Amino acid sequence: MTAEKTAFPLPKIQPTTVPLLHLLWRVYGYLRPYWKQTLGAYASLLVILGLNTLIPQFIRWIIDTGVEGNQPNVLTWSVLALLGLTLVKGVLNYFEGTLSEVASQNVAFDLRNAIQKKLTQLSFSFHDQSETGELLSRAVQDVERIRFLTGRATIRILDGALLLMVTAIVMLVMDWKLGLLVLVTMPVLVYRALHFGSRFRPLSLLVQKQLAILTTAVEQNLRGMREVKAYVQEDAEIERFDHENDRWFELSARSAQMQAVNLPLLFLIANMGTVAIILYGGRQVILGQLTIGEIIAFITYLGQLIEPVRRLGMIIPAVTIAGSAAERIFDTLDTVSEVRDLSGAVPVGEIKGDVVFEAVSFSYGAKKVLDEINFSVRAGQTVALLGSTGSGKSTIISLIPRFYDPTAGRILIDGSDIRKATLHSLRSQIGIVMQDATLFAGSFRENIAFGSETATEDDIVNAAQAAQAHEFIVRSQQGYDTRIGERGVTLSGGQRQRLAIARALLLDPKILILDDATASVDAETEHLIQLAFQNLIRGRTTFVIAHRLSTVRNADLIMVMEKGRISASGTHETLLNSSRLYSEIFNRQLVRKETLS
Amino acid sequence: MSFSIGNVSPGMGPRDALDRYGSANRENAGKFNPHVIRRLLAYLRPHTWKMVVALVLTLGESGLTLLTPYLTKVAIDQYITPRDASGLWGIAVIITVSFISLFFVSAGQRYLLSWVGQKVLAKIRSDLFRHLQRLQLGYHDTHIVGVTVSRVMNDVAEINELLSQGVITLIGDLIVLVGIIIIMLTMSPRLALITFTVLPLIILATWVFSRFARASFRETRSKIAAVVGDLAEDISGMRAIQAFAQEKASQERFERVNRENRKAYINAMSLSFIFLPTIEFLGMVATAIVLWFGGRFVLAETVTLGVMVAFLSYVTRFFQPILEVSRLFTTFQSAMAGGEQVVKLLDTPEEITDLPDAREMPLINGKVEFDHIIFRYKPDAPVVINDVSFTIQPGSTVALVGPTGAGKTSVANLITRFYDIQSGAIRIDNIDIRAVTQASLRRQVCVVSQEPFLFPRTLEENIRYHSPNATHAEVEEAARQANAHDFIAASPEGYRTRVQEGGVNLSVGQRQLISIARAILAKPRILILDEATANIDTVTEVAIQQALERLLHGRTAIVIAHRLSTVRNANWIYVLDHGEIVEQGTHTELLDHGELYAQLYVRQFTNPG
Repeated sequence: MTAEKTAFPLPKIQPTTVPLLHLLWRVYGYLRPYWKQTLGAYASLLVILGLNTLIPQFIRWIIDTGVEGNQPNVLTWSVLALLGLTLVKGVLNYFEGTLSEVASQNVAFDLRNAIQKKLTQLSFSFHDQSETGELLSRAVQDVERIRFLTGRATIRILDGALLLMVTAIVMLVMDWKLGLLVLVTMPVLVYRALHFGSRFRPLSLLVQKQLAILTTAVEQNLRGMREVKAYVQEDAEIERFDHENDRWFELSARSAQMQAVNLPLLFLIANMGTVAIILYGGRQVILGQLTIGEIIAFITYLGQLIEPVRRLGMIIPAVTIAGSAAERIFDTLDTVSEVRDLSGAVPVGEIKGDVVFEAVSFSYGAKKVLDEINFSVRAGQTVALLGSTGSGKSTIISLIPRFYDPTAGRILIDGSDIRKATLHSLRSQIGIVMQDATLFAGSFRENIAFGSETATEDDIVNAAQAAQAHEFIVRSQQGYDTRIGERGVTLSGGQRQRLAIARALLLDPKILILDDATASVDAETEHLIQLAFQNLIRGRTTFVIAHRLSTVRNADLIMVMEKGRISASGTHETLLNSSRLYSEIFNRQLVRKETLS
Repeated sequence: MSFSIGNVSPGMGPRDALDRYGSANRENAGKFNPHVIRRLLAYLRPHTWKMVVALVLTLGESGLTLLTPYLTKVAIDQYITPRDASGLWGIAVIITVSFISLFFVSAGQRYLLSWVGQKVLAKIRSDLFRHLQRLQLGYHDTHIVGVTVSRVMNDVAEINELLSQGVITLIGDLIVLVGIIIIMLTMSPRLALITFTVLPLIILATWVFSRFARASFRETRSKIAAVVGDLAEDISGMRAIQAFAQEKASQERFERVNRENRKAYINAMSLSFIFLPTIEFLGMVATAIVLWFGGRFVLAETVTLGVMVAFLSYVTRFFQPILEVSRLFTTFQSAMAGGEQVVKLLDTPEEITDLPDAREMPLINGKVEFDHIIFRYKPDAPVVINDVSFTIQPGSTVALVGPTGAGKTSVANLITRFYDIQSGAIRIDNIDIRAVTQASLRRQVCVVSQEPFLFPRTLEENIRYHSPNATHAEVEEAARQANAHDFIAASPEGYRTRVQEGGVNLSVGQRQLISIARAILAKPRILILDEATANIDTVTEVAIQQALERLLHGRTAIVIAHRLSTVRNANWIYVLDHGEIVEQGTHTELLDHGELYAQLYVRQFTNPG
């Protein structure tokens, strides 16, 4: 492997567009329901701080009075008292840690629930544009950063800052000259720690990001292995990987270098304080101005400060990072769904199934996808949609269950604008069977009953039978209890489709939306799916993206879509005469595919 | 935090040890395996000198760490107590020099060790990746992608810590521990022995904690994984959730998983919050022992005050090495577990390799011959192709039809030598494909499959995937022919639009169009269309039919299809069933024959309605 040296610019921490203070205010607001735990943790913190200040003094006193002052009794009880104090401190430490952990875990819990809930409410246009990985990282990593901030980070910042102050005061009170001398190291120490933290955090984020890139590279390569081999791209893939891998090494080596120097340097600075104490303090002892116990106390205080200072250096940049995490999270939480219940929306009663499109237009960003669509369908009729990819077929059917709202015009069901109905009441009466049916990890039964919680066992089996799915379900190992999806049996496209049909049958919707494509199944399966479709369509208003001659020929209304407009519509017979595009599609494709002389 | 005295050394407080416990916990503990150790140590060999230097530096660091409290003692006993102000300067200079040396030694040691560790990590990853490219498809078929990714990313990272930091740190820590014990014994054997009574307690507490911690942190990892898994499923199934108005149910399910995660974390952390104060308390017990007994000894004038102060300082240094060693034990176990997996993968033999005397496949004319082929995917798997023989003439189009599982796709897999046959021979232009290099064979054979995979790169890069030197004009021409140009041009960034992971921003049909464009650009000598147009809508299919016909022209082509309509124009049709050729002929001949082909055909078109 060749490690070519390249310089990568360090990224700056993303400046947040919302003032950091506002973000932090909102973040800490999530602690409000857990104020008791938070208060408990901070109270413990203060007592611990007091004890931490007291204990070195106590040890000094033991040495000076007990040992040097030759009082064995004092020695005994003070040592016992020391142990007692430590015990108290231990208990408080436990409370401080656990209480703040509980509070911050609750914040994480609430935030994750809120994000998930929001995601279920956001419309399809949001999900079209977002990536799973991105959303997951908000709900996992970003929330974790907030959790850290509301929990241990804040505790440590307070702890560190207070300890610094108290120690400084105590030292100055003990001997202001020596105290001042020792405190000179403090600003240097704090500066170093902060400087390191602010440079190291972004770098370590960069390392993490590069690691994620590397992971994706391996994953995608493995998934595409057939392509890699078929096109003899092994060497090119190795080169790509090595490139990213080398970059990872570069970044990690740089981060290692920073880390390697940081801690020893902090200790070096602090140790210089120790030298000062020995030198100046030693002289003071010799002059009779100080006791040995006091020198030891000074050295102890100095030692106590290094850890908090080091942590402060690490944590303060974490606040900035938590700030940008918070911004992303609130960004998601504050997104208003484009499709939502209007104020005053009421649940629709049972739908009959008349559907009317009135001058419906829809734009996706700047792109006009549908342009003034008008049509009306009576309950129980079947509408077949024909057209090439991108002609607007899928958009039309996505508007009916309000996955998107039209940019102009309106859609009426049974004569009433669908935006006046609640989403839940509308969608629960519309059934959808698409080609790539979504199945969830769970049993056959759960997947069929998805959307119909009250279905009985008989209902489920009946639906599966009508969908021609019963056979293969019963044949699998645990029948209806067989798990599918992740860690379960894998299903063929045709099987998935029939499950989706069963699901829709069980739902018994008045309006049905379906894609009748049955790609890549053998003739036997195709035959079964055909039967299932017939059972499904009967008695419902059906919108079908049609791929089959039989569907098209039997449709009550055929709409031929072209560039977002209905270029022709009518029944099979009328269209054959009136539309050139239709007869072309019909003759060249549907018929050519299926004619049996 | 317990107090420390004297200088402070670049070590770890218990809190850091705890933070690292969180990550140093692995699913399975591995056992000592000499083979694995040997394989892994080999990766350190190129860095022998750096490791030796690091070891020397570690020894230096340990020495200096032990030296400075001693120097403090000397300062107190020999200069401060006897009021020797002039000697104080000398000792201060010595202490300063030792502090500065400590800085350089420990910074150098840390940097060297991490550098070597990361270098080795990168090297192992690179080797693994290289090896994965060489392994046959049969290997990849039977291994879950996520697991293999975790081998390359996680298991390797586990080894890293042991290989680089582990051994050296262990040596350093043990030296410090033994050094402290010896120094204390030398200074005052009596006080030392009394103080050591705390040691077993510390070791016991650490041991007990690391046992419990391992289990509870493992629990947190599986719970957070469940949260991620549930949310990922929600997001990918969001359309179905909303379409079926299942938002409430999904929220409830998520909340349940989320609650368990919260519980697991609180449990694990509570455990730590018991452990740390315990260790701290034990530390204070040691300090108390030194104060009480030491104080009495000082009063009895059997030890000096300086010795007692030095003891106070050494006592606080016990924890770090003990915590480190126990952590290393955990690291070792997980590194062995990870290492075993990594080595196993590295040792997996390549089953399909070029013969030593393999030559380049000359430009293929196009004759394909199957000579009594018997094939199964794995030795214990059922026979997929059973004694199949046929010959395809150069330039002709042959169709393979038959029910699902008949062995059609396997035929395609064999021509590209993705798998090796158990018996018989496959010859192209009368050359056994095992006698030529895989690369030279595959460069001339192209498969357009049912669900083509696109890489998360730009559309253009995907089209020119195998021909990196193709110009943009050539790419565009291929896309036009495949009828992919229009939708590409309509995409936000045209040919530079990035395909999202898993190709989710494209429909299956669009992915097939890209894959067809790719094949057009590849100009292969043999073309295999495996349900290549299955997911393309009817209008588009009409349009690309011409492109396909042009593509097939002058090339040997094998068309695999369920839709019998697409195979009618083939020169010859083979009907496969249960791995055997049951019928062959032209479309009309087969229909007249009235057997399986005719049945499949009739079944396909006598749909109800």
